[in-house]
Amino acid sequence: MASTTQFWLNDRLITTSAPAGMLVLDYLRRQARLTGTKEGCKEGDCGACAILVGELGADGRIRYQPVTSCLVPLGEMHGKHVVSIEGFNGEELSPVQDAMVARCGAQCGYCTPGFVVSMSWYLMSEQGAPQRAGMKRAISGNLCRCTGYASILRAGDDLIEAFGEGGKWEPIWQAPDRIVALAEAGMIPAYFAGMSEKLAAIEPLPVEEEAEAAPAAFHVAGGTDLYVQKGEAVAASPVQILNHHPEMKGIRLEGNTFRVGALTTFEEFGADERIVEMIPRIQDYLRLIASLHLRNRATLSGNIINASPIGDMTNLMLALDTDLVFAEEGSVRVVPMKEFFKGYKVFDKRPGELMTELVFPKACERTKIHFEKASKRKHLDIATVNSAIKIRTNTDGVIEAVNLTLGGVAATPLWLRETAEYLVGQLVSPKTLRHALQIVQDEISPISDVRGSADYKRLLARQFVIAHFVELFPDRMPVEELV
Amino acid sequence: MKHYDAILHVRGESKYVDDVMPPTGMLHSAIYSSPVAHAKILSVDISEALASEGVVAVFTGGDVPGENQVGSVIKDQPLLADEVVKYQGEPVALVVAESFEQALAAAAKVRMEYEELEVVVDPRVAFERGDIIGVTRTFEMGDLDGAWRDCHVVVAGRSDVAGQEHLYLETQRARAVPGEGGKIVLYSSTQGPYAVQSTVARILGVPEHQVEVDVRRLGGGFGGKEDQATAWACMAALASWKLQRPVELVLNRIDDMKMTGKRHPYSADYKIGADKDGRILAYEVQHYQNAGASCDLSLAVLERTLFHSTNAYRIPNVRAVATSCRTNLPPNTAFRGFGGPQGMFAIESAIAELAEALGMTREEIQYINLIREGDVFPYGQKVENSQALRTWEEAVNAFDYVAMRKAVDEHNATHRATKKGLAIMPVCFGISFTATFFNQASALLHIYTDGSVGITTGGIEMGQGFNTKIINIAASQLGISDKRIHIESTNTTRVANMSPSAASATTDLNGGATILAVKEVLGRFRKLVSQELNIQDLEQITIVDEQVLYRGEPTGIDWEALVKKAYFARVALSAHAFYATPNVWFDKAKEKGRPFAYHTYGTAIVQVTVDCLRGDYEFDTVRLVHDLGRPINELVDLGQIEGGLAQGLGWMTLEELAYNEDGRLTSNALSTYKAPDGFYMPDDLQIRFLEDSDNEPGPLGSKAVGEPPLMYGIGAFFAIRDAIRAFNGQREVPFDAPMTPEKTLRNLHGERLLEIQARTQAKAHVKDALAAARRATSSVSGE
Repeated sequence: MASTTQFWLNDRLITTSAPAGMLVLDYLRRQARLTGTKEGCKEGDCGACAILVGELGADGRIRYQPVTSCLVPLGEMHGKHVVSIEGFNGEELSPVQDAMVARCGAQCGYCTPGFVVSMSWYLMSEQGAPQRAGMKRAISGNLCRCTGYASILRAGDDLIEAFGEGGKWEPIWQAPDRIVALAEAGMIPAYFAGMSEKLAAIEPLPVEEEAEAAPAAFHVAGGTDLYVQKGEAVAASPVQILNHHPEMKGIRLEGNTFRVGALTTFEEFGADERIVEMIPRIQDYLRLIASLHLRNRATLSGNIINASPIGDMTNLMLALDTDLVFAEEGSVRVVPMKEFFKGYKVFDKRPGELMTELVFPKACERTKIHFEKASKRKHLDIATVNSAIKIRTNTDGVIEAVNLTLGGVAATPLWLRETAEYLVGQLVSPKTLRHALQIVQDEISPISDVRGSADYKRLLARQFVIAHFVELFPDRMPVEELV
Repeated sequence: MKHYDAILHVRGESKYVDDVMPPTGMLHSAIYSSPVAHAKILSVDISEALASEGVVAVFTGGDVPGENQVGSVIKDQPLLADEVVKYQGEPVALVVAESFEQALAAAAKVRMEYEELEVVVDPRVAFERGDIIGVTRTFEMGDLDGAWRDCHVVVAGRSDVAGQEHLYLETQRARAVPGEGGKIVLYSSTQGPYAVQSTVARILGVPEHQVEVDVRRLGGGFGGKEDQATAWACMAALASWKLQRPVELVLNRIDDMKMTGKRHPYSADYKIGADKDGRILAYEVQHYQNAGASCDLSLAVLERTLFHSTNAYRIPNVRAVATSCRTNLPPNTAFRGFGGPQGMFAIESAIAELAEALGMTREEIQYINLIREGDVFPYGQKVENSQALRTWEEAVNAFDYVAMRKAVDEHNATHRATKKGLAIMPVCFGISFTATFFNQASALLHIYTDGSVGITTGGIEMGQGFNTKIINIAASQLGISDKRIHIESTNTTRVANMSPSAASATTDLNGGATILAVKEVLGRFRKLVSQELNIQDLEQITIVDEQVLYRGEPTGIDWEALVKKAYFARVALSAHAFYATPNVWFDKAKEKGRPFAYHTYGTAIVQVTVDCLRGDYEFDTVRLVHDLGRPINELVDLGQIEGGLAQGLGWMTLEELAYNEDGRLTSNALSTYKAPDGFYMPDDLQIRFLEDSDNEPGPLGSKAVGEPPLMYGIGAFFAIRDAIRAFNGQREVPFDAPMTPEKTLRNLHGERLLEIQARTQAKAHVKDALAAARRATSSVSGE
């Protein structure tokens, strides 16, 4: 049985029975013959395939996100607005295109459409004043091998100046609906202005359709791991698109308990004000994790179910004392994350179960949380070793409770039980730290691989535990002495 | 001064090979490659693959109608291996199917039986066994053996530098379309259309005129498509020829990384000596090049390593020796710099060690030994128009190096958690193909009767702005608007026997040919105008802003009228011109000559901050002065400098090619091989073009720019090393690039590492002893 997917592709309504698991990239290039979107790696690492996906919000406005189309299933596009590079083309060059040409931001041109898409998204969606840091974040998922980025960033600077305070296009930036303002000014094609109504007119998928469909070989959430590992198989198989279930998204705070929907993306998690209050530097940590394009897709549950020992959010969630909620045919089971991982990619989930929620306690004011990560490249790279800590001290600096996790040093994401047992009741001090560092070494068992040698990982484990303390207790633990 | 292709690029309308609408009935293909690095092939079973859904054909080496050979310099690389496999990823069979996915799925069903042979991945091991390619080459100058006696200090050591993945964003690809009468047309992503043409003719056993190669543009090349685009085009051609259907071969990223060669890793032993003031008197180096499994371009790369073994320094007594060593890695190949950077890394390492022995700074040694006008390179070429000193002094003065050094030292004196490091990197790079015969090019110029102009050259646009520069050259020389000029695809039926677009020389050569073609038609136009206006002084007839002038005064004839007049007067509106670089030669018997038309110079200052807790680092700034002569297009050249710099910085820091001892590439995807991203480059990037520079041998006084900036990146290694030594008490830091965060942390915390290793080993001993004790106990109780 072929289900029908209906969506807007640039200015065209598409109705297709192409397989739901097909990659949007393949659909664009092969079926729609829109070849401006390029394949560079099919791993979400290069951004040559970047597109925007717009989703209609409850307020009647469309929120666009840049994503890598090489990891997005076509079936999920139902009811959405897909914008490829061709969707930004008008008779004249857009401001982004014009700036890129003027600054020579394109050399071989292969990565260029992806950059233009990401930079256009920045103009359409950035909150706050335009600035270089934001522009860098917008292109954090785009690789270029020719330019060294300087000319691209100069093009970005031109845009920031024009749309920024006192710039010639500041009124457009400040307009109540910037997308409409951009469309009215001819800076993006006019069709963007009426897209909300068009999306609203698409019938939602009937709920029963999925139940009737052939049993799914794969459940696809964000797809950012699944497609990398099993891309061809997923595309050729019946799939269940989990993102058709909005009830599995969202963050609720019930009393002192956070209940986070399993499909919540990394970006959604880090953007939640209550999470920011509890983890003040969450945005800094997220910048070290994947790229904006991937964080827009990657889900917390997917990161955990992938069970990689170096899952970044996995190690953070592990430190937060998270319980995982699994559902199966009406029954519900709760598994503490500390007991979830049983061995390399072996974990406590039954075949029919689906993770629905992540539940963790809200930390009190005396609790501090920190995350560290080492990778070859600082951004958009997989960790060699990562580590998270949640630690509560009393007013005298005595540790009352602590969770310390390390990734990349064992077959599973590792919660350091013995180190924690030692630390509780100890005063935060260099002496305590020195002793803890010995225990840490006994709890870990890293192996050498492409990301680093075993003894480097041991050294990193040491350095990160020091880093947690010097970052969280700078008065008691001066970095200049402990380094 | 824009990049003309950019307008299409930003709209996503540029057409790469597989963006062009596929011809009806086009088939797709995928490769079965060797799973092991060295083995004797016993049998290849394609039956299951052939029976797979959608499969049309499977080809192996025996199906090649001509010669199963793609080696361009030495015939040592079959198109499809049929006797032995010499590296993991060596193509063995080509599977052709209706869709790419079907071809890929079927390729996984090819079965090869084999007998594994010993694998060598270390060039020094290959060298010891005498498994070398070609012969060891030696460049010598002065009396080295005598010179050591005069040295106040002599140091010797070893340097190692790893390879580099090209990471062109567009992977290797080609499309073959059968024509009539056995002709075949290839659309190939290659830097060397003629290499593709001649090799396809060789494997099909047909004359070269039966093979047409057309190249619109490349999504990046960097040398990786100079010689190594050929095999994929040959495979598409083979399948298309056999099946008489269009066939496309596009490597996915993992296959591309696995199957293609990269920048050559090198290991070197050096010995350097100087007087007490730091003047280098003697330098000896033996380079061990890791060539991979077959020759490819390794011998030419090796030669350039020798040419650049003394970088920008005057050293009176030199012996530079280099050997190409055969290993079981994919055949390494051209990559921006072409062996030069590896030669420079060794001398820069030697200088760093020498400075430490003399108690001087590295920069002091570098500066007093910079090459000067009238010096002679070890290969016999006299130094002419040297800008080494000027670029150095301008960089040091304009960027106030003294203040930078002072600030770095002050930071380091007052901080322990972070340390700053600083390095200067001068570059002297020879321009011309060192294989002298390659220094030739052709251009074909057509003027149409409406005044529009089409130009074909042998050069390839791969992002470097070649088309733009040709338009700039032609527009300025014709005196017309750039809007009238279009650069055609590069096509072997319009320009024959072209040299590859490489060696930074594409604009020099093809621009030179374009200037000659323009001169030829302008000569005809002058004659016509002189007859029409009855004037004598032909040299006084010029075209400026599309107006024909005589002695600077308008004649009333504009460009369009001129072209129409010429057409009706039956004056040829086309010209083909040929350019050969004058005055370049090299005598390999003596290893002396004048291989380069000129040298390009520059000096970079790199400053870095190292996080001594975590071992990672960020560049504070890169500031450099680069000599462009009189640039044709400053914006395009700036892009080459910045892009080359980024690749050089990446090569020296985070780009780590990892092969295991079985010869398997473990950094085989973009998730494991990391190139610079947008956060990596410093915001404070200052680039100055050397003022008042000229270059008589270059087109319109310009200088080549493609490769030299990459070598500024070498400064990154020494800057990080500088910072590490500020932390670890000036202890030794091996010259082993890239300086990854791992190596940085290991060098920062060597003692901690030893403690950890000792503890881990002790624990392991205890564990083993306990296990042994348990075993002993259980065996006793078992009795």
